Amino acid sequence: MCLAIPGRVSEIFESHGALMGKVNFGGITKTVCLEYVPDIQVGEYTIVHVGFALNRIDEESARQSLKLFQELGVLHEELGEDEGAPDEIRE
Amino acid sequence: MNFENWNCPLPLQDYPSIVIGHGGGGKLSAELIEHLFLPAFRNTVLENLGDSSVVAALAGRLAFSTDSFVVKPLFFPGGSIGDLAVNGTVNDLAMSGAKPLYLSAGFIVEEGFSMSSLARIVQRMAEAAERAGVQVITGDTKVVERGHGDGCYINTAGIGVLADGLHIGPALAQPGDVVILSGSIGDHGMAIMSVRESLEFETTIESDCAALNGLVADMLDASPEIHVLRDPTRGGVASSLNEIAAQSKVGIAIDETKIPVKPEVAAACELLGMDPIYVANEGKLLAIVAAHAAEAILARMQAHPLGSGARVIGTVTASHPGMLVAKTGIGGTRVIPMQIGEQLPRIC
Amino acid sequence: MKYVNEFRDGAIAQRMAAEIRKIVTRPWAIMEVCGGQTHSIIRNGIDQLLPEEIELIHGPGCPVCVTPLEVIDKALAIAALPNVIFCSFGDMLRVPGSSKDLFRVKSEGGDVRIVYSPLDAVALARANPGKEVVFFGIGFETTAPPNAMAVSIARKQGLTNFSMLVSHVLVPPAIEAIMNSPLNRVQAFLAAGHVCSVMGYWQYPPLAERFHAPIVVTGFEPLDVLEGIRRAVTLLEAGEAKADNAYERVVSFEGNQPAQKMLEDVFEVTDRAWRGIGSIPKSGWRLSAAYRAFDAEEKFQVSGIETKESALCRAGEVLQGALKPNQCAAFGKECTPRNPLGATMVSSEGACAAYYNYGRFITLEKSAEACPVP
Repeated sequence: MCLAIPGRVSEIFESHGALMGKVNFGGITKTVCLEYVPDIQVGEYTIVHVGFALNRIDEESARQSLKLFQELGVLHEELGEDEGAPDEIRE
Repeated sequence: MNFENWNCPLPLQDYPSIVIGHGGGGKLSAELIEHLFLPAFRNTVLENLGDSSVVAALAGRLAFSTDSFVVKPLFFPGGSIGDLAVNGTVNDLAMSGAKPLYLSAGFIVEEGFSMSSLARIVQRMAEAAERAGVQVITGDTKVVERGHGDGCYINTAGIGVLADGLHIGPALAQPGDVVILSGSIGDHGMAIMSVRESLEFETTIESDCAALNGLVADMLDASPEIHVLRDPTRGGVASSLNEIAAQSKVGIAIDETKIPVKPEVAAACELLGMDPIYVANEGKLLAIVAAHAAEAILARMQAHPLGSGARVIGTVTASHPGMLVAKTGIGGTRVIPMQIGEQLPRIC
Repeated sequence: MKYVNEFRDGAIAQRMAAEIRKIVTRPWAIMEVCGGQTHSIIRNGIDQLLPEEIELIHGPGCPVCVTPLEVIDKALAIAALPNVIFCSFGDMLRVPGSSKDLFRVKSEGGDVRIVYSPLDAVALARANPGKEVVFFGIGFETTAPPNAMAVSIARKQGLTNFSMLVSHVLVPPAIEAIMNSPLNRVQAFLAAGHVCSVMGYWQYPPLAERFHAPIVVTGFEPLDVLEGIRRAVTLLEAGEAKADNAYERVVSFEGNQPAQKMLEDVFEVTDRAWRGIGSIPKSGWRLSAAYRAFDAEEKFQVSGIETKESALCRAGEVLQGALKPNQCAAFGKECTPRNPLGATMVSSEGACAAYYNYGRFITLEKSAEACPVP
């Protein structure tokens, strides 16, 4: 149900009447059906499951998520907080 | 002999494909030996064409190993069944610390198999043998009916000599020993996957197929305190370490973050839902060595072309005997069990 | 790999776990619905980083595990037929039917092939006009659009030798069934991220409200799972029963419209029996009337199938989170990955297999102390 991996679209073409593309995953390339992401552009990232692109990856959103994760807990560390620290210090 | 611009010698020209007669022991067999096998393997022992091949007695203990090769496809990125047939048996001998010397080569060829494909396979074997410093001194060919034999199967058996005082084996790991891996894992298995029907993908991943006897010789020169050597072929590092843990009755603990995996191999494993630790390797080894000798051995490995990526990946412990345990990338712990059958691609 | 490795950062994971420890004040039981999430949790040891107050209950989101026994037996019967090329994802090869599995059928002469995509099966049908090619179409809503497209393409190409054995299952009815069950202990859900990338998560706010349980759309990498848990705990601690999306880079509220359109065309909702759980109304998809010609169940009248489930197997209770795998009497004894009694021990994401393979029948914490890894 779940093994979908992110890859970068490197080529878009048509084959047997279906919108297809080449997607690059960390250096390997697979031919993937792009019918469900008809507006995707070369250079964009998409999530691929059993040979089908299911959605575009929102790269800005990914960056923001990572930034949030990186910041989680860092403030507490920097302030040398322990378990009982008051909530006001949290930003 | 270079088969690149090979022109089929006159007697073989009549046979672009192998026929039943080539395995029959008669004229066709003789032509195959004379025009294909002999020129490729080129050594005086083989050229005697005796029913058995005779060599001088060896000083020291004999190491003896056999393996059969049924890989499909026969030619894959970075190698072929021919390379595997030589390197596989050379490596089995090297893993006991022996110096590999002689190989036998038995072929089971399918009727209709292309003569030039057979020539290519034999050429690769000859080149591999030369690189490994071994000789193919006896062999056999049988031909089976069309529909059997998958093109070509090969069995090789090998003899090597083991110096006195060397005791290396899977039951000899001891708590406190260090586990060293010679380089990146999963290259061979994923190279094969990349050309498997219905799973194929475009990649530059190549099999790491290579003879490891030179590397082993250097390691033994650095220190004799090597307790276990194992090349993690089918079943990968996971299976090898599990077997060693069971046979030595010890536990083995590794750190996943220390195991080198090429980015493309990692990506291919992600695509197919496979774990690199179970994927086959054909040019890597695991060494379990005494802790105080680890640094010296590691340095020698890293100085050798086939060991440049060598890393310490774990230790042997008296805890959880028979079990392989790993620290995960996020600091958790998981047990890595023996796999059941072949690892299959998954979608879930 | 981009958008994979960053979300596996060990240092960040430890800090996120610490963050969760800070906000939790009492015990909570959270169910991760998707088997892929279960696999990630156990394989990476995510649950080991969490505070003791948090119990992760493993859900039934393992399509391999819940495919009805009858369907497995039908697959085995079809695969054994001469002139059939039976194509399947690798996951299904070792799932036990009443008496054997697809691997056995293969060894007995059946032409069983592992494929990566349903389009590979369509390609095989094109390349082998003299054979009947059957594809085993299992999965949740993530796999349904690819399977639907394969059937659609087969129809467009006028292939008469291609058919699909369909056994799709839907997540929201499963969540309802779990919450309605008297055995239920689940207080919040981590919804299946890739299912939601297709379907959106508009179905969840009413469910969250009705059952007073937060539902957080969650991804699969360690940082994604930890974030899903963090948001769920935050909502639980605040007493807020809302739906939330912790997998924003891939999931939107409405989901993928072209995919949903194709699903409406190719499939229709049906009641579905879930192996180990029983029948859940309107919880599955089958091919719609327009595509009935591609339905393998219609094409191959494989009747006279008597299903027989192991008496010892308690997969159903495991799937509903009522039983942990290592609490089952047969776990590790009569039932192992080598000799599975039920599907949860076969599938790589089944809870029983995950527990067995990742060693949850020994005290791992003790071993981690005893053997510090260099």
